[in-house]
Amino acid sequence: MHNLKPLTALGGAVADVQTVGTLTICEVPDLALASVAARLGREKQTLKTLKTLVGATLPGPGKASLKGDIPAMWIGPDQWMLSADYADHETLFETVAGATGADASVTEQSDGWVCFDISGSQMPAMCELLCPVDIHGMAVGDATRSTIHQMGCFICRTGDTELRVIGPRSSAGSLHHALIAAAHSVA
Amino acid sequence: MIINHPLLGPRDSAEFTYLGDARLIDRPDWQSDTATAEFHDYGYLRDNPAGNHRELWFHEGGDRSWLVVTRNTVTHEIKSVELARDVARAQGRSK
Amino acid sequence: MTQKNRLKGGQIDTSQTLNFSFDGKQFTGHPGDTLASALVANGVRLMGRSFKYHRPRGLLTSGSEEPNALVELRAGNRQEPNTRATTIELFDGLLAKSQNRLGSLKFDLLSINDRFSNFLAAGFYYKTFMWPAAFWEKIYEPIIRNAAGLGSLSLEDDPDVYDKGFLHCDLLIIGAGPSGVAAALTAGRAGARVILADEDFRMGGRLNSETIAVGDAHGSDWAAQTVAELATLPNVRMMARTTVIGAFDHGTYGAVERVSDHLHTPDAGKPRQILWRLYTKRTLLCAGAIERPIAFENNDRPGIMMAGAVRSFANRWAATPHERVAIFTNNDDGHRTAADLHAKGVKIAAVVDTREGAPRSNSYEVLAGAQVTDTKGRLGLTFAEVKLADGSTRRLDCGALAMSGGWNPNVHMTCHQRGRPTWNDDIAAFVPSAELPAGMSVAGAATGVFSTHAALTTGAKEAAAILRDLGIKSRAPKMPQAEDAPTNITPFWYVEGASRAWLDQQNDVTVKDVKLSHQEGFRSVEHLKRYTTLGMATDQGKTSNMGGLAVMAEIAGKTIPEVGTTIFRPPYTPVPIGTFAGRARGMDFHPTRKTPSHTFAEERGAVFVEVGNWLRAQWFPIEGETTWRESVDREVLATRNSVGVCDVTTLGKVDVQGADAADFLNKIYCNGFAKLAVGKVRYGLMLREDGIAMDDGTAARLAEDHFVVTTTTANAVGVYRHMEFVRQCLFPDMDVQLISTTEGWAQYAVAGPNSRKVLEKIVDQDISNEAFPFMACANITVCGGLRARLFRISFSGELAYEIAVPTRYGDALIREIMTAGADFDIVPYGTEALGVMRIEKGHAAGNELNGTTSALNLGMGRMVSKKKDSIGSTLSERPGMNEADALAQVGIKPTNPNDPVPAGAHLMAADGPIDAAHDQGYATSACYSPILGHSIAIGFLKDGANRKGEVMRLVSPLTGIETQVEIVSAHFIDPDGERLRA
Repeated sequence: MHNLKPLTALGGAVADVQTVGTLTICEVPDLALASVAARLGREKQTLKTLKTLVGATLPGPGKASLKGDIPAMWIGPDQWMLSADYADHETLFETVAGATGADASVTEQSDGWVCFDISGSQMPAMCELLCPVDIHGMAVGDATRSTIHQMGCFICRTGDTELRVIGPRSSAGSLHHALIAAAHSVA
Repeated sequence: MIINHPLLGPRDSAEFTYLGDARLIDRPDWQSDTATAEFHDYGYLRDNPAGNHRELWFHEGGDRSWLVVTRNTVTHEIKSVELARDVARAQGRSK
Repeated sequence: MTQKNRLKGGQIDTSQTLNFSFDGKQFTGHPGDTLASALVANGVRLMGRSFKYHRPRGLLTSGSEEPNALVELRAGNRQEPNTRATTIELFDGLLAKSQNRLGSLKFDLLSINDRFSNFLAAGFYYKTFMWPAAFWEKIYEPIIRNAAGLGSLSLEDDPDVYDKGFLHCDLLIIGAGPSGVAAALTAGRAGARVILADEDFRMGGRLNSETIAVGDAHGSDWAAQTVAELATLPNVRMMARTTVIGAFDHGTYGAVERVSDHLHTPDAGKPRQILWRLYTKRTLLCAGAIERPIAFENNDRPGIMMAGAVRSFANRWAATPHERVAIFTNNDDGHRTAADLHAKGVKIAAVVDTREGAPRSNSYEVLAGAQVTDTKGRLGLTFAEVKLADGSTRRLDCGALAMSGGWNPNVHMTCHQRGRPTWNDDIAAFVPSAELPAGMSVAGAATGVFSTHAALTTGAKEAAAILRDLGIKSRAPKMPQAEDAPTNITPFWYVEGASRAWLDQQNDVTVKDVKLSHQEGFRSVEHLKRYTTLGMATDQGKTSNMGGLAVMAEIAGKTIPEVGTTIFRPPYTPVPIGTFAGRARGMDFHPTRKTPSHTFAEERGAVFVEVGNWLRAQWFPIEGETTWRESVDREVLATRNSVGVCDVTTLGKVDVQGADAADFLNKIYCNGFAKLAVGKVRYGLMLREDGIAMDDGTAARLAEDHFVVTTTTANAVGVYRHMEFVRQCLFPDMDVQLISTTEGWAQYAVAGPNSRKVLEKIVDQDISNEAFPFMACANITVCGGLRARLFRISFSGELAYEIAVPTRYGDALIREIMTAGADFDIVPYGTEALGVMRIEKGHAAGNELNGTTSALNLGMGRMVSKKKDSIGSTLSERPGMNEADALAQVGIKPTNPNDPVPAGAHLMAADGPIDAAHDQGYATSACYSPILGHSIAIGFLKDGANRKGEVMRLVSPLTGIETQVEIVSAHFIDPDGERLRA
């Protein structure tokens, strides 16, 4: 085993948590991510294999499945982002690739992103100041990619007052700054 | 501007990147006897219609789909939006 | 000072008193007041100076259409020029100054312009400042900018923040007057998602300004009750203090919400304003109407106001502009002002009505068939001269004159998508045409129906029709009874014989100016606007355009619709630049991307450079180094002599997988990839379809069906987009999947003769030259088990590797590398040293892949495979691309080692003229080579491959540099690549 010390996307040893009024913005570093894209002509087989692995039918456009150990989010035609707890599934991509074999192309994505969980009754108001998605029209489990201050981010409504934002890791500081500023605006 | 994405519904055009005439899908055959002339036309000649125009938009801030958007250049009305991949296949493109 | 013109009643809270200052004088007002209404209540009539003639001016209106009462609001870094007193909500401690004056407001030194008005007539700029041209920048422009212009900027940073936001709705209702409120009630009760936006801080529109009853209630009370009900509906968003500024494509609207403008300072963290982007399915415009003035001699004196505005001040704000008011009208509306003022105890001097059949009154005198012909009063109106129906004249003593020329439907927003309004003779005004922005309907006074009854019913009816279209069931609420008076107007635009009769008070355009414009041939409405400046500046002619058009129509012998209107453009009212900028200021202008070694580099005092959005370490100064060159030279030498490490995470990385992955790379790269063995890396050159080089990088084959492609830092986004284009649009049946992994891997170049020895301490596998030769790649582990990737590639020309670990371990890895390299005096190096080493090696980068160069120019002509189809391969053979003397990449060194060889300089023959005709090529990248001890450059030279050893001149006429140089190989270092393969 190696003894290298990981840093969170914001550069800390532990997750950053900030409370602004009734809003909480939580960095979520303990997240394993893997993208999976069905290969041409292997779409049905991929869906079947992953249904077993994930425990739910893979979601369609604009949707995420939030149940189980491995939530999944639609990110493009025949393409999904799977996530899991990092401690238990550090090499999630290997697990998925092992299951799909040559039916799908699987890529490790754990370190390409920064994830923030936002919660609080003002979450929708905060979201209005961040990106053009219709947060009031989104049901729990709706997910989409949109743009926050020029940063392409996945936006997933995880609860009535909860939102998950997954954005580019190298811009974690800028994204966090945008979230905190918006929280102050509405808190 | 709003582009009605075939999979994701109405989206702000700010999420997209524009390329140009959808005839860029019709890439000539490199082994044709007149390949150079065909590639010349393909690369450099464009219509500039006052009216309906089929054009390519990339959903860069979204699902990374290339779309064929039929837009009226005079009124900006968008008549149809299709996945470029489907259009390309329908036009006989393959491998 | 007492509020001497304050009346009883109104929608102000007299239980509280607010203190404010105007031009240094202290006043009081009440919550509910605007700055304008508070000044009116305090008897202030003079509020500003006009733009050109510096004439004394007061309020003309009570709303956002105000042309005159522009003030500088607040002080210090919050000073805001050109703010309309009529839209400023009064707050305690408000500070405002009049503007556009030299000296005091009462004794403006520039009012001398008024005496010279004959010289300052329409078009005077064009006539006066024609020549000499050289005078423009130094003389004319500073004078004009000083004298003209409106308020002044603080020139300090704005301390406040501005947000942008996004809202979605079924129905946007613009304007919360009677029609808007009725529409919102209809749609809100039906459950539709409604946004009701109004620029005012109090919703209700004219209902707040009139004494009209709605049902059994006072109009303003009905509005307040209805607004209160709407506020309880979760599906209705009430947006007061919000101006919809423009109608854009496909139901998108812009709106500015003034969140904190009514406060002394915004609350901590709160924005001053929010620029909203509204996504609507449908829109109902209920923007009401704007009253228009009548042009008569000296109609611009402080105290002469719109009749509707006088009613607003009296009814809503309980203030009268003077204790004695005259009225000048061509329609019944003027009589309402007289009746309301009279009821409040204000003395009516007389109602001057242009119509012979004007209605009579028992309460005040009506002069039917009469006209106001002139006024007097230097800093405020003292009397009006009236020409009576019988031709005699009469002097009317009054301190205020309320005028009404009828009402113009507020068609502005209906014209933002190419629509032009149509003329309605019945009301003598333009009304919205059928050609509206997609999804827009119009109700109420904006359509030209002016009664309260019509406003309520058309609002409810239009909303119901929209709901039907949207498939939302609704029951139109029964609207209460309200007045339904017909519009009774005889068009009357200007008093015969008037000359200095103002049409546009903001731009000082008079009837005479329009006549002059016509006389000089500027007759089209757009020419009229540019020539006279009619309708320009902050109010965009909301009160003035119609008068100007009417005068032009009469002179030209045309009808008003034949003259037409100028184009209405967004924004509806002025928007501060800061609002458009939003949060994107300073370091927040764009996101900052940080590399995994950022903290490490900061600790070492690295100097950073922006590359795209990335911050990269440019060099790492150490103690004693005083210039960047010292640091860079040291980093290069240390790397070439031993070992260095550089963060190269910023290069784009694209994961390419699928059964057809190799075929796909064959399409996007001009050279072949099908035969690349698993575990090997190959350099690849991407062409555009026109045969010009687009980008370069490497592709590493990790498995038969799995490659990792790298792109240059700057082109990462564009190359990915291009790859998706090729995949989806050109070869849709290729089995290939793409995803970016740029940020997922922290990648370091470890370069130098001792690089292997350093990495051997870190990498868990055998990386000897035999086991891991040049251009090898593999999935490996480091430090006892962390998954990593290793590539034996070199940009510097040295024995070198690139090693990648999951980004979270990037910081840890560079510290491990530094520890492992301590025995070899390892240095971290930045982008400058990276650049020096690649120039020494002759590797092309952005300066060479500059959008004009082909594979042949880059010395890679033979790389373009003729055996396969790839993007750009066909057109790379088109005429002009492969001439015998085509530019080819060369090295350039000075014959005198002390001479500079600047990039961008051009190559000329050793003798002969220096001009474009004799241009032979140019230097693209240059640096000082610490290994060679002199400056070097690479560049392009005609037939360069065959000109090694030739002595030429490298010239930069712009900087006066002319250096004698020798053409050499671009590979200054290790031309045979022995170091790479060591």
